[in-house]
Amino acid sequence: MTSPIKSEPFVINIGPQHPSTHGVFRMKVTVDGEQVVDAEMVIGYLHRSMEKLAEERTYTQNIPFTDRTDYLSSMSNNLGYCLAVEKLAGIDVPERGQAIRVIMAELQRIASHFMALGAFTNDTGAWQTPVMWCLREREKVLDLFEMTSGARLTCNYMRIGGVAFDIPKDFEPATRKLIKTLPGFIDELEGLLSGNEIFLARTKNVAVIPPDLAVNASLAGPMLRGSGIAWDLRKADPYCGYEKYDFAIPIGYQGDSYDRFIVRVEELRQSVKIIEQALDGLPGGPHSTQVPLALRPPKGEAYARVEGPRGELGYYVVSDEGPSPYRFHIRPPSLINLSVLKEMTVGGSVADAIVALGSVDIVVGEIDR
Amino acid sequence: MRVQFLATDNWYDLRDLSNLSSAILDGLDKIAPQGVVYVAAALIGFVAAFLIFVLPSQLFVGVLGERKLIGRIQSRYGPNRVGPYGVLQPIADALKLLTKESLTPVAADRLVMYMAPVLFVMPAVLMWAVIPFGPNMIFADIPVALVYFLAISSLPVLASFMAGWSHNNKYSLFGAMRIVAMAISYEIPLVLSLLGVVVLTETLSLQEMVFWQDRFDIWLFAVQPLAMIIYFIAVSAELNRTPTDIAEAESEIVAGYLTEYSGMKWGLFYGMDIGYALGAAAFGVTVFFGGWTLFGLEEWVPAWMIFVVKVWAFYFLFIWTRGTLPRLRIDQLMSFAWKYMLPLALFNLLIICTERILWTDAFDGDKPFIYLFAIANIIFAGLLILGWARLLGYRPERTQTRPRMVQEAGGYVPVAPARGEGR
Repeated sequence: MTSPIKSEPFVINIGPQHPSTHGVFRMKVTVDGEQVVDAEMVIGYLHRSMEKLAEERTYTQNIPFTDRTDYLSSMSNNLGYCLAVEKLAGIDVPERGQAIRVIMAELQRIASHFMALGAFTNDTGAWQTPVMWCLREREKVLDLFEMTSGARLTCNYMRIGGVAFDIPKDFEPATRKLIKTLPGFIDELEGLLSGNEIFLARTKNVAVIPPDLAVNASLAGPMLRGSGIAWDLRKADPYCGYEKYDFAIPIGYQGDSYDRFIVRVEELRQSVKIIEQALDGLPGGPHSTQVPLALRPPKGEAYARVEGPRGELGYYVVSDEGPSPYRFHIRPPSLINLSVLKEMTVGGSVADAIVALGSVDIVVGEIDR
Repeated sequence: MRVQFLATDNWYDLRDLSNLSSAILDGLDKIAPQGVVYVAAALIGFVAAFLIFVLPSQLFVGVLGERKLIGRIQSRYGPNRVGPYGVLQPIADALKLLTKESLTPVAADRLVMYMAPVLFVMPAVLMWAVIPFGPNMIFADIPVALVYFLAISSLPVLASFMAGWSHNNKYSLFGAMRIVAMAISYEIPLVLSLLGVVVLTETLSLQEMVFWQDRFDIWLFAVQPLAMIIYFIAVSAELNRTPTDIAEAESEIVAGYLTEYSGMKWGLFYGMDIGYALGAAAFGVTVFFGGWTLFGLEEWVPAWMIFVVKVWAFYFLFIWTRGTLPRLRIDQLMSFAWKYMLPLALFNLLIICTERILWTDAFDGDKPFIYLFAIANIIFAGLLILGWARLLGYRPERTQTRPRMVQEAGGYVPVAPARGEGR
């Protein structure tokens, strides 16, 4: 840059205490004027050593830990962990348990995406209105969780071999009522934002991730699909009987933050569709298989993955025939999606960096674990 | 010029509050030395304006009304704990701010940081001097009121910059640089848009503008729709209202130039931000929406009440945009000022000058022609806004607001070249 005015870059810390870091995440940004020339992420403020702690507890006792990694999608986390242990121990889940799991995972996706969309629009500066609307709808999903599992945020509902309890009597009508109203709300949200010129100006061509970078960086979830790559584990590697349901994968055009936004909005609709099918075809029978409390899976290792709201959520469990896992590892989609932060932010302005961070939809509890 | 009123000249007739103040001043003139009455007039004017309008509006429209309305927009209740319906909330807020400790960072420039809120408050008081609340209720009916108002209302930028600079905080510095850049950019379309009004009414006095609108029975926003839109956008940019609040963009730079302020120092900035917004609303109402007149109703209802209600209605626009729109980026905001608003303001000026010459030379200033001009200008405004945006590449029909849908998981799906297919 050959500007007659001499300017020198300086470093500003966005976080750990900052309104838009969604937790205690720190982004060290070097700026030249308004332009970002370097960005570095500093993580670890919320490290709770969950992977190590899990080695000291039994397999069942570890389920609440998974609630608290990604606290915005506890059901999906429970599911991923239970799938890994079931794979390791060779346990089959009854049909009804699988259907309930699908319903819960999709409800969780709706709740989590609402939070993501709301927080993202907040980052673009829409002063709290979309986030309040989204939280209002998310509350309704959390009410359903409360009805089923007794908890709203950290549900601890899935069990190895099925789910903890059968769904209550009121659950089905309440869910049907919710999924009847949700598409209308999604349209309302789209009406407020999707065609809004200011929103388009803020998010179009901002934080572009080209498809090759998305694949090479091992991104997952809406981040990957926003770049135009049709990849969804529910289709590519079905679990819990997802192959039975009819739904489509929304993909973006060029991988900017707007594409990620519209992909998330469309995924809400697809989730509603899946829940409807799962409720229609809800089989009878037991909701869970009997599993010994002190489970000692045979020696070996297992990796199970689910399509969480943020992408591929993997659980790797190694057993040495003890009552607790020998090694327990989580593949957190937030952390890996965040690895392209530098590519997304450098060259843009500070405001773009915030939008880029918001479009990743991070949960710091999952990044640091 | 005197508009007919039901209001009498008796001092106790509160339909025209100037009766009371002139009675006091007349009495004072008889007993006090000569200079005192001028000081007393100033004090009465400001105290009255503040007690009757500015302070209640700030508290109950700016703080409570805004929070309530935004609450409704966001489907929540807003403050409803203090007093019935939460009406005492602003007072509780003010008390809380007064009792809070006002921190100063060690490395801050203490003097500048202390002075900035004071400097910020002063213009907020001064600008009410030229706003007409009624036919006689104007503190200083100076012939260059419009210039005075513009000059006074651009002063707080200095205070904001001082505030941002003094903190020794990077977020604050960002906010300060942004607000200066923005104020310089938006002052130009703002003044140019008001120039059209001046050309048409041939006066710089705000009271005269109100009389002009009363005489021709038309509000200037109908004759000057483009100027009104430009005024609204430019003024909300200068006021840091939400679509353009980049100087205190919460999600980016925490609180901009207010980051390190706490206690009543922050409270002064917050309160006076609302004060400026009210001032801008009052000015906009006076210039574009007929001030205290309402097509003859001002003869029956106290004029100042009409004015106050109009100002609140105008202020509602600020609240509404705040509750609805996302924020622009600084470079977009700058290019918006220079690439869209400045040319449009110039076009507007060109049109209104032509019309003015036509009107005086060809039509002898006949009243009906102003309605013709109004219709023409509304059409011009629509065409110009759309046409100019199209010229600079506004193509909403090419925006894909729905993602592509695929049924099977696979790899990358190349984007088919778009041929302007619809949403």
